Amino acid sequence: MIYNLKIPEDFEKLKDLKIGDILYISGLLFTARDEAHQLMLELHEKGEKLPFDPSKMVLYHCGPVVKKSNGKWEILAAGPTTSARMDLFEKEIIEYYGVRFIVGKGGMGDRTAEALKNVKGIYATYTGGAGALAAKSFKEVLNVYFLEELGSPEAIWIIRAENFGPLIVSIDPNGNNWNKISKERMENNKKKIFDLIEEL
Amino acid sequence: MDIEEKILEAIRLAETTIPEDVFKFLENAWKNEENDVSKSQLASILENVRYAKEKKLPICQDTGTQTFFIDAGYDFPFKKELVNSIKRSVEKATNLYYIRPNAVDPFTGKNPGNNIGRFIPYINWYLRDGDDAIIYILPKGGGSENASALGMLKPGEGIKGMKKFVIESIIKAGATPCPPTILGIGIGGGSDLAMNLAKRALLRPLGHRHEEERVAKLEEEILNLANMTEIGTMGWGGKYSVLDVHIEYAYRHPASFPVGLVVQCWADRRAYLKIDSKGNVEVKQ
Repeated sequence: MIYNLKIPEDFEKLKDLKIGDILYISGLLFTARDEAHQLMLELHEKGEKLPFDPSKMVLYHCGPVVKKSNGKWEILAAGPTTSARMDLFEKEIIEYYGVRFIVGKGGMGDRTAEALKNVKGIYATYTGGAGALAAKSFKEVLNVYFLEELGSPEAIWIIRAENFGPLIVSIDPNGNNWNKISKERMENNKKKIFDLIEEL
Repeated sequence: MDIEEKILEAIRLAETTIPEDVFKFLENAWKNEENDVSKSQLASILENVRYAKEKKLPICQDTGTQTFFIDAGYDFPFKKELVNSIKRSVEKATNLYYIRPNAVDPFTGKNPGNNIGRFIPYINWYLRDGDDAIIYILPKGGGSENASALGMLKPGEGIKGMKKFVIESIIKAGATPCPPTILGIGIGGGSDLAMNLAKRALLRPLGHRHEEERVAKLEEEILNLANMTEIGTMGWGGKYSVLDVHIEYAYRHPASFPVGLVVQCWADRRAYLKIDSKGNVEVKQ
């Protein structure tokens, strides 16, 4: 199925999504990689508030190439980064900040899938490496946080997107995880390949 | 001499335009893939490649660690100028937004913002006869670099062990290095030489086999085995997990069988420069 979703208005529709569904999204995203995740957890521990509301946005695993001209930020390339690195922090980010929709690449682990299931949220992937194409649908940078402390790839960029996609649902709201399914298939294939290597 | 400007041009070319051989392999994969999701991902990849070239934008936001492999003659006269030019070009490329600031202090995580730091940009020299130099640019992203692996195998495991090690490693990496990937494999030497050969193997254009028949056959064989994993484009399954396999080798210690694996993402960005002894510079891809 193909869905066009508005963020955050259509968050209620997430519960109906299934692995392999194709999404195009319009609305707000915030970028966060390793350092931003860590910082968000530290702020939570200290009881400090974030300057934006993550529960109203899509969390995007991305460190963009950005350019400042005439005082305005422009996004030149902004494909996804490897999501597996964020498995370390994602359960807590979901629980503390009400995040329900994550976009990245390469899949995520069961700990994240469990946390998403509890909030009826999803994880979807965008084509890794398609940085220029992604930037085409990012119309505006609304704000940037922690740029000084973290540097541009790790900073939190608040972006307004139009028809960002195709995203493919990889963890659905019932905790089904494509990563797990495909790992099992690959392990089976591995056995066959190893047998073949022995025969050759 | 305009080495600095030419290196800047080569960095920009590498970051915005995919080499012709890679484009052909990706297009072929897109044409022949039967898995719908993977086919859609390959379509996005091709669209992205065309768009980046047209707009002169970075193909991928991860513009890599700036890495330069230099094959230079013993009598090449511009070694110092070349190193200084590389550093200045990298800094300039960062300021012009051609590349993302991608070099951070490993202890503090601080990003100086200019892609300059201890040992970075990374320059790797190979000296040979002659008075000219070829500078290969291979800006490789972090996601694929994280799939690198070193296997210090037992000599008794030999070539079969090497094949299993490669298959095991790419299955473990799954979708994280942005497949369909290109595998660089270095066999022999010590640990450092195996890894160096593995990365240098990626400099060879896709479809080009090793000059020795026995190595060329092994490349074909591992390519076929790797595509039986069904990792597929971005991990969604299908026929194309690996676009090509390149092997380089060195003699090994009798007690060691080192295997280096360096995985390159589909965005196999490369460019190179040729400099002759008079200082004439050509940028190529």
